[in-house]
Amino acid sequence: MDKHEHYYHRADLGRFGEIGNTAGPLAEKFFAWYGAVFADGALSAREKSIIALAVAHAVQCPYCIDAYSKDALEKGSDLDQMTEAVHVAAAIRGGASLVHGIQMRNTVNKIGM
Amino acid sequence: MGRHLPTLHERREPLAAAAVQLQRLHALALPRELDACLAEAGHQPLLATKVEVLQLNVGKRCNQTCRHCHVDAGPDRTEVMPHDVLVRCLELLDHSVIPTVDITGGAPELHPEFRWLVEEVHRRGRHVIDRCNLTILETGPYHDLPGFFAEHEVEVVCSLPHYRATNTDAQRGDGVFATSLRALRRLNEVGYGIGDPKRRLVVVSNPVGAFLPPNQRSLEAEWKRELRRLHGIEFDALYCITNMPISRYLEWLESTGNLSAYMDRLVAAFNPSAVGGVMCRTTLSVGWDGTLYDCDFNQMLEMPIIGPRHTIHEVDLDALAHRTIAVDRHCFGCTAGAGSSCGGSTT
Repeated sequence: MDKHEHYYHRADLGRFGEIGNTAGPLAEKFFAWYGAVFADGALSAREKSIIALAVAHAVQCPYCIDAYSKDALEKGSDLDQMTEAVHVAAAIRGGASLVHGIQMRNTVNKIGM
Repeated sequence: MGRHLPTLHERREPLAAAAVQLQRLHALALPRELDACLAEAGHQPLLATKVEVLQLNVGKRCNQTCRHCHVDAGPDRTEVMPHDVLVRCLELLDHSVIPTVDITGGAPELHPEFRWLVEEVHRRGRHVIDRCNLTILETGPYHDLPGFFAEHEVEVVCSLPHYRATNTDAQRGDGVFATSLRALRRLNEVGYGIGDPKRRLVVVSNPVGAFLPPNQRSLEAEWKRELRRLHGIEFDALYCITNMPISRYLEWLESTGNLSAYMDRLVAAFNPSAVGGVMCRTTLSVGWDGTLYDCDFNQMLEMPIIGPRHTIHEVDLDALAHRTIAVDRHCFGCTAGAGSSCGGSTT
C-alpha cells in the first residue's frame, strides 16, 4: 500500500516550502506576499489571524485550520473569539446557500402557475 | 475563591526538585542547542552589561496556585526572606546606584516586612516594582495596599492573561478574573493606569497553554480599548511574557504531552536579535535565603551566579557587572519570538 494512506498528512504542512522546488520564483513571490499580508497594518496581526482562521474553516483546509488555530492563540485570541469567528464563516457559508433560494423562487415563479 | 491546586512541593512530586526539572529538559532531543544559537547571535558566552535591577524574591508563599507558576508558589510554602537578608539588600543599595528594586514572590505582599521594605527602598530614592497577582489586593489585610502603593510611587506589574474571563480563570483559578478586575478598578481609583509615571500600572499576559505569547506592541492598543470598553479599566502598558518550561508549567507540559513540541517551538522561534535584551544581562536576582542568581528562573532551578561569591553577604557588584550568565535549555523561553523578560518582549 502507498505510504500515503490518507489524502491529508499533518507533516505535509511543514513541507509547504517544497512547492518552490519547481517554479521557484513564483513560490518566492507567493511567500513574500503571504508574509506581508499578515503583518500589522490597518488591521492588527491578531485580527488578520482570526480572519484567516475563519476563512480556513470556510475553505475547509485542515492545514490552515491547524496552523491558524495555533496562530490565533499566539496572536492573543481566546477560544470564545475563535469560536465566534468560525460561526461567522459558517453563517456566510449557510447564508450563501440560503440566499440562492431566491434564485430558486425566481425560477419557480417564472415557470409555475 | 476557586480551585486550589496543590503545589508540587505539597504533593511531594519528584518534579519539585530543580535537578529533576533540568534532567527532564536535558532528556529531550532538541533540533539545536542553546550554545550554538547564542554563538550565532554573537552572545556566546552570554555576558551581563551592568546591574540595573535588583530583583528580590522575598518568598514562595502565595494566595494562588496558578497552573503555570515557575516558582511552585502556593499557600503551603513557608520560605520567607529573613530580616538580615533584607537589610543586606538595602545596604547594597546604599553602596551602589542600582536604580530599581523589583519585588517578587510568591505574592510578595504576604511577606511580613513587605511594607517596611517598600518604605526603605522608596526612602532611598529608588524605583520600586511590585509584581502583584491582583487578588491579594482583595484579601482582608491587604485591601489598603493600592493607597500604600500610590503613596510610595510603586510601579504595579500585575498578572492578567487576557482581557476576557475564560483564559484567566483557566490559568489562575475560578473567580480570579472577576477579583482581578475589582483590584484593577481600585488601582485606577487611586490614580494608577492613566499615564502618571508615579502611578504606573502594567498588565502582564502569559499564554494559557503550550504556545508563544502575542506581540505586545501589536496588542497593547487593543487591550487598552477592550479593557476600557468591557470593564471600564485603564492601564499604562502591556507585557507579554513567555511561559518557562520549568516547575508547574513543566509538569503541565509533560502531563498533556506538549513538552517536546513546546520546546521545539521555542527552539524554532529562537530570535538572535532578542538575546541582547534578555533581563539577566541587567538584573541581579536575590533568593529568599540571600543566594544570588542571574534571574528568577535560574533561581527556581537552583543555578546561582557563576563564581565563588554568590550570596548577598559577599556580593561584589564590580565583578558582577560583566559576569558570565549561567544558561541552560530553559533559556530558550526568553529568546523565542519577540523575546521575553520581566519587562515583556526584548525586541
